[in-house]
Amino acid sequence: MHIPDGFIDVPTSAVFAGIAAVGVATALKGARTQLDEKSAPLAGLTAVFIFAVQMLNFPVVAGTSGHLIGAALAAVLVGPWAATLALTVVLIMQAFLFADGGITALGLSIFNMSVISVWVGYGVFLLVKKILPKTKSSVVVASGIGALISVPAAALGFTLQYAIGATGTFSVTSVLSAMVGTHVLIGIGEAIITGLTVSAVIASRSDLVYGWKDSTTQLEIRHG
Amino acid sequence: MDGKTAQHNWRFAMDKNKKFLAAGFLVSLFLAGVVSFYASSDPDGLEKVAEDIGFIETAKDHTYADGALADYGVKGIDNERASVGLAGVIGVIGTAVVGGALFTFIARKPKKVNK
Repeated sequence: MHIPDGFIDVPTSAVFAGIAAVGVATALKGARTQLDEKSAPLAGLTAVFIFAVQMLNFPVVAGTSGHLIGAALAAVLVGPWAATLALTVVLIMQAFLFADGGITALGLSIFNMSVISVWVGYGVFLLVKKILPKTKSSVVVASGIGALISVPAAALGFTLQYAIGATGTFSVTSVLSAMVGTHVLIGIGEAIITGLTVSAVIASRSDLVYGWKDSTTQLEIRHG
Repeated sequence: MDGKTAQHNWRFAMDKNKKFLAAGFLVSLFLAGVVSFYASSDPDGLEKVAEDIGFIETAKDHTYADGALADYGVKGIDNERASVGLAGVIGVIGTAVVGGALFTFIARKPKKVNK
């Protein structure tokens, strides 16, 4: 969902760039208190993995593809603050090195994917985790559902930006229904990739999964 | 637990983490360097919606459309498998450098008082 330059006018792009900057600055502060020398490299690895998987467009419906955003995945693995930063690093690399996502539109994309998608995905993850039993499979299921919702959430972000500052004159309602409809389908792919990745990490190194550690701090067995 | 064992355990944990990081990095290299060739080249969700509704016309050319790695291909390499694969590898390494530097910097605590 990398927005090219031109879809949204410059003033609107500037406003969203400002909001995105506040979101990223807040994430910098939050990540500062949360990350330590053990989790920092993991946050870097999460950014790397998301960059790689974002290259893998999968077919959705005839003539349409989608790829992972990775917002919910990152939030579950390294926490929402570091997730916002990881996604932002990926989006900046893609825009400047690979000409993927416009430069003046970068704030719009960061707002949608690094902020909205991360926090909606993480919020849904927490809600679902709360109502499920405290098991590792629950964390996998919750992360999948968070991922599923996080994609149409980003699509809603774009629709909002389109409603405010579209340079085209097409109806917002048709953009809304097309964006949400398509991205619910892409969200299914997002849910599968997120669920598989979280289950692989939680099976091998559950101590590294932020969204699992979080629920086990009370029950942690301290070796030694 | 005496100091020696604690240090041993700590070392062991760091080694385990290094292995995990190395494995994750290799998986990422493989996905971006090899699997990416098989990715669908159909327009993504937003692009397709823009085409169907019509506002794709309002898109401008990318500032760096002529960049050396534009559209995930290395300029000058005609073999598509090599071109996208190398672009992917460069992206993985670049993201590791930038992300690694950023997160290491963030995690640096201002003077450890309690250690």
